[in-house]
Amino acid sequence: MKTLVLVEHDGSSVKDATLAAVTAAAKLGEVHLLVAGKGVGGVADVATKIAGVGKVHVADGAHLEHQLAEDVAPIVASLMASHDAFLAPATTTGKNVAPRVAALLDVMQITDILSVEGEDTFTRPIYAGNAIATVKTKDAKKVITVRGTAFEKAAASGGSGTIEAVDAGGASGKSSFVSAELSKSERPELTSAKVIVSGGRAFGSSEQFHALLDPLADKLGAAVGASRAAVDAGYAPNDYQVGQTGKIVAPEVYVAIGISGAIQHLAGMKDSKTIVAINKDEEAPIFQIADIGLVGDLFKIVPELTEKL
Amino acid sequence: MKLLVAVKRVIDYNVKPRVKMDGTGVDLANVKMSMNPFDEIAVEEAIRLKEKGVATEIVAVSIGPAKAQETLRTALAMGADRAILVQTDEEVEPLGVAKILAKIAGEEQPQLIVLGKQAIDDDNNATGQMLAALLGWPQGTFASKVEIADGATVTREVDGGLETVKLTLPAVVTTDLRLNEPRYASLPNIMKAKSKPLATKTADELGVDIGRRLETLKVVEPPKRQAGEKVASVDELVGKLKALGVAK
Repeated sequence: MKTLVLVEHDGSSVKDATLAAVTAAAKLGEVHLLVAGKGVGGVADVATKIAGVGKVHVADGAHLEHQLAEDVAPIVASLMASHDAFLAPATTTGKNVAPRVAALLDVMQITDILSVEGEDTFTRPIYAGNAIATVKTKDAKKVITVRGTAFEKAAASGGSGTIEAVDAGGASGKSSFVSAELSKSERPELTSAKVIVSGGRAFGSSEQFHALLDPLADKLGAAVGASRAAVDAGYAPNDYQVGQTGKIVAPEVYVAIGISGAIQHLAGMKDSKTIVAINKDEEAPIFQIADIGLVGDLFKIVPELTEKL
Repeated sequence: MKLLVAVKRVIDYNVKPRVKMDGTGVDLANVKMSMNPFDEIAVEEAIRLKEKGVATEIVAVSIGPAKAQETLRTALAMGADRAILVQTDEEVEPLGVAKILAKIAGEEQPQLIVLGKQAIDDDNNATGQMLAALLGWPQGTFASKVEIADGATVTREVDGGLETVKLTLPAVVTTDLRLNEPRYASLPNIMKAKSKPLATKTADELGVDIGRRLETLKVVEPPKRQAGEKVASVDELVGKLKALGVAK
């Protein structure tokens, strides 16, 4: 089987989520990549080094600078004439583009896969991860999004792919980029961080959230996450949100502070290797899944912990 | 301008889903069902656009069993003007739903279709994008802000923060959690909704094939995590973190 993986990039580097999608694709067959963007020669070169990749298709055009789904999907759809499966990381970029590709090909997407069970059979989470379904597709072509935390990352080096330029098409004229407000942070990205410290509504305010969590994160070299309740209350921006409707993470260590452990939050972090919970409520559901728990007042514990680390 | 909103009847947000013993799916017998929370946000957004004078008519559409009428009545009670139920007892996949909605869009000619970014049962996050592709319309997915003036300006929640795009109309918008807070329907409006028009159709009448492409072989519970140990002090916690290699 020939697979095509959408490379997620920011114009200069390949995002880690791509590497997990490559691993999933390799279970199906030959792995080819698509790099779409503006001036993406450098990214394409980096992509050829990913272990196990064959062709790296490059669609380069000014209209692709922001990788709008309206412009990227037709490029993928036409490449699918010579591929059997399209895989995209289940990131906001992948989730935006892949279903559009699927509909253009008249295919039902297989969303957020956790494993490849066979060439047409996959497992995927449903009901916010409260159930895992095994599904078999009847479609000849497959369109798949891949949960990054469910697959090992392919090695970013050692590969020897070959670059092949493809027709970048033209702008759809129906959508255009206006602006982006991207959070700038010196800290690691949530989805690839080894350690995450995450805060809930118990912090009480945006000021306290940052005053307490940021120094702790810096001590641990950790990314900062938040529960939906904390984001909804305005303590942290939306891209901090860990959970079913936010980011799905699986770091080595996840420290949940002042987070009770609602189902929707657990769905986003329960595959973390070690879960540490700090909460004043001994009965909080988070303790049922935590490997290490500490009951107490976060306003006392967090500063003490930061100091002693 | 006319707006179409799509709403799905799903397990209530507060109910913990239970996997059936025979592994065929999730047990929905005698379980409270409600409107998909993301779709409630879509209905609310449509109503706000009507209150601002941007929209003139809101048509709510649902695809599902006869009981999905209740979901449509909720949308009508919130403020939609009329409703269409495409009735089926089959579980329709996003591709089938998108095809039905595309057909209805052809009949109704809306300028904007608003729907939730995903349903909380099958968690596909696909219908809106598929619908936009089938119609050849632009899409503003995971919206946290929508402004209609000379097209649609949509702010989207993306992994790195926020992104704003400008779309020509007609367009498809899918809603994220922070777009708005849906209102509760008042009792007088619930009463009034009972007399608003609700048409029923079938996929056959619309000439849409909703045959499933994915076969569910089995549904199981995810592996459970065991609770670990509690530590009594910060010092003990520091010791544990050091043992894990995350603290020096």
